[in-house]
Amino acid sequence: MTPPNEKSRPSQPPGRIEISFDSIGLRFGSYAALSSLSFDVLQGQFVAIVGPTGCGKSSVLNLVAGLLKPTEGSVRTSGGSLDSINRDAAYMSQHDALLPWKTVIENVMLGPLLRGRPRNQAIKDAEMWIERVGLPGLDKRYPSQLSGGQRKRVAMAQALINRLPILLMDESFSALDAQTRAIMENKLLELWQELKATVLFVTHDLEEAIAMADRVLLFTAGPGARLKGDYPVRLPRPRNVEEARFIPGFLEIYEVVWRNLKEEVLATYAK
Amino acid sequence: MPSEKQALIVSLQLGLLLGVVGLWEFAARFDWIDPFFFSQPSVFGARAVRWLTEPGFLLGGRSIYHHLFVTMEEMFFGFLFGVFGGVVVGFLLGRSHFWSAVLNPYIQVLNALPRLVLAPIFVLLLGIDERSKIALGFSLVFFIVFFNAYRGVRDVDRNIVNNARMLGASEMQLAWHVLLPSAMTWILSSLHTSVGFALVGAVVGEYLAAARGLGWIISQAQGNFDAAGVYAGMLILCVVVVVVEFGVTWMERRLIRWKDVNVEFSV
Repeated sequence: MTPPNEKSRPSQPPGRIEISFDSIGLRFGSYAALSSLSFDVLQGQFVAIVGPTGCGKSSVLNLVAGLLKPTEGSVRTSGGSLDSINRDAAYMSQHDALLPWKTVIENVMLGPLLRGRPRNQAIKDAEMWIERVGLPGLDKRYPSQLSGGQRKRVAMAQALINRLPILLMDESFSALDAQTRAIMENKLLELWQELKATVLFVTHDLEEAIAMADRVLLFTAGPGARLKGDYPVRLPRPRNVEEARFIPGFLEIYEVVWRNLKEEVLATYAK
Repeated sequence: MPSEKQALIVSLQLGLLLGVVGLWEFAARFDWIDPFFFSQPSVFGARAVRWLTEPGFLLGGRSIYHHLFVTMEEMFFGFLFGVFGGVVVGFLLGRSHFWSAVLNPYIQVLNALPRLVLAPIFVLLLGIDERSKIALGFSLVFFIVFFNAYRGVRDVDRNIVNNARMLGASEMQLAWHVLLPSAMTWILSSLHTSVGFALVGAVVGEYLAAARGLGWIISQAQGNFDAAGVYAGMLILCVVVVVVEFGVTWMERRLIRWKDVNVEFSV
């Protein structure tokens, strides 16, 4: 694996707001998952979201995806107020969501095809992406014939091929073994820097969050989760995820966020 | 599977067949069982062969192939209409929680009804020709396929649906790329049962009221106390079933190839 070789990139690009939460509330029946949650994400930012289990991290992604609707307030993206599926967002979930009846190439070319690209162009595009995520020669396999890591790569190609401005990732790599995971994380960073997408990355792994992100959002324990902290990660890029913890400054950020996260985790167990 | 084991299985299968047929034959010859009721393999086997090979041999004025064709035709159309109707209705109700709630009690009642009792009604309504048998086959096949298609659409993985929608799928595209393939495994697994029921519809319909078909031949033989005729008809039916099953299995392999692939490639 080669660390991404890209020229210096400002860790906080000045720019327009891509995603905006303004006092968002979300209830499931009588359960309040989120209450008056507010934050903005700038275009091109890589934002990691951490918090104790059940704090509504995944709900935030589903709100941005348009798969859930807020019960109070409305989510705004650069395309305006969101009231149905977000056509500008790609989603990579924790679960295996490849279509098992389609081969690798059919899975990857699905996005362009659904969005009306001509078939031969979609195939060409898909071949390129399969190569880029490192699966050459596996085009004709079905997902059941691939390993967990290979399936993740297909999912990544499937999500990125549409080149959408927003990328939502819900513990996408949590099921992978440590080595595969590091490889995938570096791959993602490399592709992100090239695509310049805005990323919301939900994880329960604080080290992963800091190693990858420009900014870490910490949520309070549910119910009624809010923002507890918003920590900029001013570490130089390009980064190699496996070595990030040796970068000066990493541990300071880690300590601050961890202390606050611990309080919330304890609060979850106290309930 | 090692070839010796395969050979052993096949030889045991053949041995079992020969053993049962042989036992039957001898039991009839030595009068342990009454050949009048039980016939004997050599007699009804010869009868079936005679039906199939003797050019001028007619049953009710028509050759056995004509009867066979009629039964197959009834089975085919009962199966086709039943599968088509079951898939379409199952799909629509699977997608609409509202209408499936409205229609649920009626579907349950119709399904609980032993549908063979509809046979006399179909004969009254449609006459004794093929149409009443096709209708009976349809009524049997429809519910099997319907429940499977419904289940298949309902059981589709939410993660896959959400993923497809995020990738840009419209409702129609979702149905084509996700719901139909997902339901296909369920629908196909019901086809084996359905083919059998389509044949039941055809043969029972003919048995009750018809002027031709294998069911009619069996019914005629029974009316003449001709056990060999009944068994010969059954023998021909068995061969038909085996051939049709083979066809369904072949179709299944082709339509859900993705499930059939080996995992041996995985790294």
